[in-house]
Amino acid sequence: MTDTTPHEPDHVYDVVVIGAGIVGSAIARDLSGHQLSVALVEARDDVGDGTSKANTAILHTGFDAKPGTLESRLVKRGYHLLSEYARSTGIPVEQTGAILVAWNAEELAALPGLKEKAEQNGYDRCRIVGADEVYELIPSLGEGALGGLTVPDESIICTWTTNLALATDARQRGAEVLLNHAVTAVSVNTRSTTLTTTGGSVQARWVVNAAGLGADRIDRLFGHERFTVTPRRGELFVFDKLARPLVDKIVLPVPTSRGKGVLISPTIYGNVMLGPTSEDLTDRTATGTSEDGFAFLLDKGERLMPRLLAEEVTASYAGLRAAINHGDYLIEPTPSQRYLLVGGIRSTGLTSGMAIAEHVHEVLEKAGLALTARTDLPGPPQMANIGEATVRPYQDADRIAADPEYGKVVCFCERVTAGEIRDAFQSPLPARNLEGLRRRTRAMNGRCQGFFCGAAVNRLLNENGCGGTAAAPARPEVNS
Amino acid sequence: MTTTTLTPDVLIIGGGPAGLTAAAALAPRIRGEVLVLDREKDAGGIPRHSDHTGYGLRDLRRVMTGPKYARHLVEQATSAGATIRTETMVTHWAGDRAVEVTGPQGRLRVEAKAVVLATGARERPRAARRIPGDRPQGVYTTGQLQNAVHLHHSEVGSRAVIVGGELVSWSAAVTLREAGCATELMVSQYPRTESYAAFNIAGRALLRVPVANRSRVTRIIGKGRVEAVEIENLDTRARRTVACDTVVFTGDWIPDHELVRSGGLDLDPGTLGPLTDTALRTSRPGVFAAGNLLHPVDTADVAALDGLHVADQVEAWLTGAGEPAPGLRILAEAPLRWVAPGLLRPGDPAPPRGRLLLWTDRSIRFPHVIVRQNGRVLSERTLPWPAAPGRVFRVPWSVMKGLSAQGGPVTIGLR
Repeated sequence: MTDTTPHEPDHVYDVVVIGAGIVGSAIARDLSGHQLSVALVEARDDVGDGTSKANTAILHTGFDAKPGTLESRLVKRGYHLLSEYARSTGIPVEQTGAILVAWNAEELAALPGLKEKAEQNGYDRCRIVGADEVYELIPSLGEGALGGLTVPDESIICTWTTNLALATDARQRGAEVLLNHAVTAVSVNTRSTTLTTTGGSVQARWVVNAAGLGADRIDRLFGHERFTVTPRRGELFVFDKLARPLVDKIVLPVPTSRGKGVLISPTIYGNVMLGPTSEDLTDRTATGTSEDGFAFLLDKGERLMPRLLAEEVTASYAGLRAAINHGDYLIEPTPSQRYLLVGGIRSTGLTSGMAIAEHVHEVLEKAGLALTARTDLPGPPQMANIGEATVRPYQDADRIAADPEYGKVVCFCERVTAGEIRDAFQSPLPARNLEGLRRRTRAMNGRCQGFFCGAAVNRLLNENGCGGTAAAPARPEVNS
Repeated sequence: MTTTTLTPDVLIIGGGPAGLTAAAALAPRIRGEVLVLDREKDAGGIPRHSDHTGYGLRDLRRVMTGPKYARHLVEQATSAGATIRTETMVTHWAGDRAVEVTGPQGRLRVEAKAVVLATGARERPRAARRIPGDRPQGVYTTGQLQNAVHLHHSEVGSRAVIVGGELVSWSAAVTLREAGCATELMVSQYPRTESYAAFNIAGRALLRVPVANRSRVTRIIGKGRVEAVEIENLDTRARRTVACDTVVFTGDWIPDHELVRSGGLDLDPGTLGPLTDTALRTSRPGVFAAGNLLHPVDTADVAALDGLHVADQVEAWLTGAGEPAPGLRILAEAPLRWVAPGLLRPGDPAPPRGRLLLWTDRSIRFPHVIVRQNGRVLSERTLPWPAAPGRVFRVPWSVMKGLSAQGGPVTIGLR
């Protein structure tokens, strides 16, 4: 298991990256492509278990970023890097295109400005369309759309596989992945820095803080007072796959003074998503959904696409974005501490992660870290396909003939086979619990939520030493 | 890689009581093969993990436990000459009566002369009921709970809240007790718990389950493992939390209608199953449906008798029965939520068991059934059994006597 990977207590890594979300994993992957010893330190028991697991999973062109910002540049670059990386690793992507729909005069009037902004960001494929064309593109849209702006290159992507691919790649390149290592104290010495963690102390020459929701706390442990992360909760509904014919494009709201609003998007797994809400909280663990959030989404959905609401809800989620009081990404080195902050990476981080990594290594090099590219890199990892757009194992006659485990469907709704579940336990970063298994295979994510397969999936978890139902209390004595 | 093609005369999708009974009835009567496909490890359907007695009453005229009943149906179909393939899942349509299939034997294509859809129903899980809160472990449907306890011998928690007060909810309480888990509370939106009176009394006496009527769960609380649920009284709007480590969502059935919808077959908006006539034909010629896919959810023996009924109709189709006559819609009026079958054609047989199956949202002690056509009262009758939410309400087919095949839709209501 990767969290028990023995590392000498007095071993000093060249770089330790804190946070194994998309951004931290991308940075660790990039750095371990150089002649460096790298560790990826994660507070939780799996990679990608924080903000990176619960977002809208859109691969952005960056058309609507604020021109001239670091974010704008890195999102644009990241779109190309991640698209290319997805092709070489098998991360599921579908280029669905998006359309921003204007529902009132103010929004309609905002469209030309948005098109212009896209062009300033180097994206010139947006087109303003009339109401007729909006309804041609999305026939099931609710009444009252006045016009729209098309963004043909916006895509949907699997955020789980992206995170897992980057972390797996980092590991295959030699980075240590230290799970269950929450950083609780930092001591900067002349030659190295000691991180005290819940999994033991870890020493590094350089430290990169990519801790997402916890980035401000880590920053304070280094003695800075730069920013405060506000957990911004976004709740969303995932509708049944039978709703997928209703919408094959991302339907975006026109951003106005009142914020970004609610979108409808197909998901890479063949569902339809409605959300997110946007609510600033103080509790960084408040990932529960709320009555108000549901009511808000249903009200929005009723206007955006009433037919969608007649479909069954398969799942509802809440994710926390790491919002900060700063208009751009906050990537700032402190060379005297051999420390780099990578903070304020909001929802665009999925798209920009690999570009952030590229930028980070330039910043580190300038700050004094010697970087020599390796010539002996292993190839990129080949990820299991959990997307619907290309062949899944259950559809692959050759694969089943070679290994009948791919012919045994365990999770009927999501059509996850015994072979895929086995693979998820045997991969370089294996599933360690039900949530990890869900993100690697989709098992139990479907419409029945375990009515049929829940018990079988739990048995497989137990057989693989994952404990099954977490923290189930002991069976009490039965009194007759 | 070539995909193997199988060409049975009859393909039955789903090896539960309806599918297996249809297979047992058809196999000796037709020349070609009767093939049953079931995606589970063992055929038998839901009764496999309903480890209590009460199965087989109406179809076999005796009573046995669910698992024994399931084995009996499998044995009956196999000895009648039907082929059953398990761990084999139909994934797509490949033609009007052809499907693509995945199993350990590989990817198959099955082309049949007739198809019977018998995919059953499942309970809506928490997400589909749109209940907010945390997402801890320890939240089940009855199906998942019974699967875990009876087939996988897993442990559950020690204090459960059961959501729903249907027959199946009491079945969940029995399972919980066997697993050493106390039922703290049963939460039902109805003024009275809606399962069979006999079971209700026995349930209350034997299981000592406290029931909160006119209540709903408004939130699930717990990090990691369930810690409590918040419930609301629907009349007073007062809320309170109930500590528990297990929540079981029971009832609130939906047919497993994925193939019906992906095939573009007509859907009954009330049941959400395929729209069928009394001969259990769907809108696609040669494709039939039976069991709880049509009436979510009735008891296993009633599903089995659907299978017996559909066998005759499939045989007639194979021997070249002509196009059926145009049909009339049978529609349910509030408080009835649905009626099955939903189509009536002149010359067709009476529905299975000579009864219409309906679902009521309101409890009526002495229900007065009114059938109308074109707004005109066709017949009315007071039935000696109650209409109660949470279980199927049965109405004798004779109430349809005298309707005109040329008239408009028929509605069936309650007073």
